[in-house]
Amino acid sequence: MRWVLSKLITELGFKRSDLYVVDADSSMSAMLTSFSENFPERYVNVGISEQGLVGVAVGIASCGKKVIICTYSMFLMRAWEQLRNLVGRTRLDVKIVGTHSGISSYGDGPSHQCIEDVALMRVIPGMKVFVPADSIALRCCFEDIIDSEGPTYIRVGRDEDERVYSECSCRLGVANVIKDGGDVAIIASGGMVAEALKAANELKRLGIDAAVIDSHTIKPIDRDTILKYAMKTGAVVTAEEHSIYGGLGSAVAELLVNEYPVPIAFVGIKDAFGKSARNLSDLRRYLGLTSSDIVNAVRKVVSRR
Amino acid sequence: MRRRSYEEPIPISELKLDLSSVDVPVIRNIVSRGFNKNQLLILKEIRCNIGRSLTSILRDASRRYGIPLSTLKLNAKILKDLNILKVDNGGSRGVYLTPLGEFVCELLGITSYGREFSVDPKLIQSLNEKASLVRKHVLEMMAEAGSGHVGASLSVVDVLVALYFAKMRYDPKNPSWPLRDRLILSEGHAAPALYAVLALAGFIPTSELYKLRDINNYLSGHPEIIIPGVDMISGSLGQGLSVGCGMALALKRDGINSKVYVILGDGELDEGQVWEAALTASKYKLNNLVAIVDRNRYQQGGPTEHIKPLEPLAMKWIAFGWHVIEVNGHDFRELLRALNEVDYVMDKPSAIIAHTIKGKGYPPAEGNNDYHNKPISKDELRLWGFK
Repeated sequence: MRWVLSKLITELGFKRSDLYVVDADSSMSAMLTSFSENFPERYVNVGISEQGLVGVAVGIASCGKKVIICTYSMFLMRAWEQLRNLVGRTRLDVKIVGTHSGISSYGDGPSHQCIEDVALMRVIPGMKVFVPADSIALRCCFEDIIDSEGPTYIRVGRDEDERVYSECSCRLGVANVIKDGGDVAIIASGGMVAEALKAANELKRLGIDAAVIDSHTIKPIDRDTILKYAMKTGAVVTAEEHSIYGGLGSAVAELLVNEYPVPIAFVGIKDAFGKSARNLSDLRRYLGLTSSDIVNAVRKVVSRR
Repeated sequence: MRRRSYEEPIPISELKLDLSSVDVPVIRNIVSRGFNKNQLLILKEIRCNIGRSLTSILRDASRRYGIPLSTLKLNAKILKDLNILKVDNGGSRGVYLTPLGEFVCELLGITSYGREFSVDPKLIQSLNEKASLVRKHVLEMMAEAGSGHVGASLSVVDVLVALYFAKMRYDPKNPSWPLRDRLILSEGHAAPALYAVLALAGFIPTSELYKLRDINNYLSGHPEIIIPGVDMISGSLGQGLSVGCGMALALKRDGINSKVYVILGDGELDEGQVWEAALTASKYKLNNLVAIVDRNRYQQGGPTEHIKPLEPLAMKWIAFGWHVIEVNGHDFRELLRALNEVDYVMDKPSAIIAHTIKGKGYPPAEGNNDYHNKPISKDELRLWGFK
């Protein structure tokens, strides 16, 4: 994921002479060295200081530049108030890339595992939130995001765990129906899209025909697609590498409660912190973020229909 | 130790010092005693001739001040041994100050900046008149709104008036003119003063001022970016200097010769983000960035020195790599001299510590922290001869 991100940012650097990258000493871990070597005059490293990072980015953006902030999503959260007051209130062209998000830094433990960022970003007026399922989806939408006006939060993991797409025609703001189905809609984001596909296969054997929807744009959420599938299936399960409070699940529930209430179940982290693990699958099992957790949720929600 | 031919420095042990009040003048006194007058002279000459060869600087100085060249050479060698200056042995033989040398010069106030400066008395008179008008407007608009921060809004007036009517480049008909100088009021609660100055400068109609904080008006309690002439929002303390760093960087890299002025409250300096920005600015040598501290010595809860002591404040900025000037923030002559001086600083950002009086110009509020954000009534204003 980080390698692709680095390539994308550098490619855009060649295309756009107004693109700045502002970094808080994460160039090695976020792979920004390629941009900084090619465009030293448009690369700014403020050191380990995320609050100052956001301020500097806003100052540059106020001079008519496109600015990418890139650092660990966890430590960006300490600058949430700056993101709200400086980026949110000015609506300047600042794109925020949070790396190592979700539980992707499984080894580092709860201090580094960021499972609250979607909720915190979603609540800022005007902030768009994009969570690609894999590097293909990221590549597909990245340039559109940078070209779009106003702030966007892009949530990427550390490494790519599983490829979802071989080719991708994702469009910003439009949820991608990967697999059609009539019994239940599994709406997933980020790393959980691959788990949702696995769950759908398993459910097939149980005789449940599940649709899998990649809701990569969590804000603004794709009202039409989600409503369509809620009506079609009458049961929804959301799956995300995030706290069940305030993330994709909440966004879907907020929509459906108002417009077309159906039984919903949330697969996500239930009011807990992460934990150090030696590999991602151990941590997924510990936190209840596997395909079998999705299968169980589907069986429960279908019975409530 | 054997007496040598240069003058020995006075030992520090001979000084009687009150260490509880250590500040720049005291430190300056101590440090200056570490050098004899020939060494101080050499430092001054080098500061004004960075990059010239040492020999030619010393030869000129020897001729000008009638000091034997050998004495100057010996003292220069001592400075070199102390790691205060270094000679470029690459080829130019130019002489430079080391970071330690820079620090010492900054402490001792040895600068080459803006040596010739005079102010037209008529300008001073006109600035004083403008400041009185702004203060009148500030008080009236706050009485009209029924709330607001009187103390800081009055202490910062003269700084704003000096900037907008004797220093900054801007075009009220084209507020987003790319070549304009920028101003960030990081102490956003002094917004009424900024609005009154912007009205006087022609950005907003004066009649709008009296709609401060009205739901149907754009003059918000703290600066919003939609207000003509406001370059950056504020309200949450401690954030303006970081934004100023970003602006100064982008302007510098675009080759635009504009300055970015950031006005900070002294209470605001409690925020860690200010010092993150102070390091960033000095890393990128942002000489187009000027921080102005409205040093009125009070914050909401009481005197700054009780809440979280800031002194020695100038020392802190110097240690962070800034050029520092302390002025009386209500004296236009001093303010303009400082604002002129920072234009000559080439290698670092500048901080102007403007010593001010909270509530200046409104007798019951002067130096009285009860007026930090106390509502004032129209009757009260009339009592004191306003309106």
